[in-house]
Amino acid sequence: MTTHTGQMFDTEELVINMGPQHPSTHGVLRVVLRLDGEKVVSSDVVIGYLHRGIEKLSENRNWTQIILLTDRMDYVAAATNNVGYCQTVEKLMQIEVPRRARYIRTAICELQRIASHCLWLGTHAMDIGAMTVFLYAFRERELILDLFEEYCGARLTYNSMRIGGLPLDIPVGWDRKVLEFCTIMSEKVDEYEELLTHNRIWLERTRGIGVITAEQAIAIGLSGPPLRGSGVPRDIRKDEPYAAYDEMKFDVPVGTSGDTYDRYLVRLEEFRQSIRIIRQAIQGLPEGPIVGKVPRLIKPPAGETYHAIESPKGEIGYFIVSDGKSTNPYRFRVRPPSFCNLQALPQLIKGHLVADVVALIGSIDVVLGEVDR
Amino acid sequence: MKPAPPSGPTDPAPPAGMAVPAFVSAIEAAIPGSVTQVSYYVGDWAVIVPADKLLEVARFLRDSRETAFDFCSDVTASDWPPRPQRFDVVYCLYSTKHHHRIRLKVRAADGEAVPSVSGIWPAANWLEREVYDLFGVNITGHPDRRRILMPEDWQGFPQRKDYPLEGPGELLMENPLDWLRLKQAREESEIE
Repeated sequence: MTTHTGQMFDTEELVINMGPQHPSTHGVLRVVLRLDGEKVVSSDVVIGYLHRGIEKLSENRNWTQIILLTDRMDYVAAATNNVGYCQTVEKLMQIEVPRRARYIRTAICELQRIASHCLWLGTHAMDIGAMTVFLYAFRERELILDLFEEYCGARLTYNSMRIGGLPLDIPVGWDRKVLEFCTIMSEKVDEYEELLTHNRIWLERTRGIGVITAEQAIAIGLSGPPLRGSGVPRDIRKDEPYAAYDEMKFDVPVGTSGDTYDRYLVRLEEFRQSIRIIRQAIQGLPEGPIVGKVPRLIKPPAGETYHAIESPKGEIGYFIVSDGKSTNPYRFRVRPPSFCNLQALPQLIKGHLVADVVALIGSIDVVLGEVDR
Repeated sequence: MKPAPPSGPTDPAPPAGMAVPAFVSAIEAAIPGSVTQVSYYVGDWAVIVPADKLLEVARFLRDSRETAFDFCSDVTASDWPPRPQRFDVVYCLYSTKHHHRIRLKVRAADGEAVPSVSGIWPAANWLEREVYDLFGVNITGHPDRRRILMPEDWQGFPQRKDYPLEGPGELLMENPLDWLRLKQAREESEIE
């Protein structure tokens, strides 16, 4: 019967273009798909539509001005980018950051992780067709943005760190509000789970979709939740602790099968672990200064270093070279987690349906501002 | 007067008496003549390797049990125009088994071939494309060497130090094909 239809109709591969203006590509991602019917035979990912030359720009700004450029990379997790950059410069200059600042940084990083995962959950679920989750997740994200607004005055691009510590101490009563938020959030995570985890449609759409094994995931350079979804317990917060993570108790959730569903479960569990870390950081907040001994003119000695931290998307690394003479870095390079994770997309979507492409773009959680820089 | 541009990174040798970790000393022991220089700075180990030994060293670092650098974190480059071999191509490696890091560095002149490591770490594929795109380092043996961030018909390599920060500007409109040459000619005529 199949041969019969094959004789009657010509079959040919169809090339279609998805993006860059497509609501489910989370920005300006373009994917050129080669299709056999509804199945993806091969694909080509085209990026660069949002390239602003942040690396080149940074090499012509002074060390403090760069902090606000790092906000513009992963704009849904700006505080984590700030922390990564400031820590790299601190490493170059061998500045010790006071304990109180490290605790606040930890709390802010984890709040940011929850905000970023809320955005991911909302958009990912909406791509797959669950509109309600989007509204719920954004409701909670709003609470975090309010907390950030109270802390640093901005809601998206925070510029919330300084080399050697923090620009300002937390406002009076902020710690209590954060703890209240933790209580609210832990209930809401259960709510998300009720909506999705055992939902028949959700299971059909995510289970067994885009499976990647642990070996493949390491080889292609995945990091963050997509790597842990494949069962590799790699988390920079545990393996190479920074800020105050060495003093925090938390678990690193890992998946087993490496499909979209496991990546979802990993991120959902990360909500709970983040709440746990925030509680410890805020309740154990030590007294003391918030800025270390920083020279008035920041000019690291000549040398270079690579420093990575765990952003909500994966390993964000900074490779910075200082020539020791000028007030700007000689070379400023970011290892963007979204860029490296996106590289796995052609491998993940091969053989799946077009509708799954949308689910998989959401599943690896890319932010194009960071991919293109 | 502006200070002269630096002619290369410092690459300081490890302080005397410091123990070199096994994953660094193993390279020279396994492949003689493969390590030009070992450097240590603020906790990071870096090894400079000649370009023709790169693939051999990379394969050893990935496969040997005590090194086990199975994760290629980053591939990037830095540009030092006064130096004859102006580019440093930098490979940041990580081991998911032992949790240690190392940086491999390869020096290359403009146009000099640097073999692609994407056959060893598939993760290097896009990262090397970016190095080619922004620096114009001649990566050879790459499965898909195209520009990645810049448009395909872009002229010049933006991350080089002699590329102007402001970009091509209106010159791009006048003559998209060789605006860099045009710009240089204009500047020279202004000096005269």
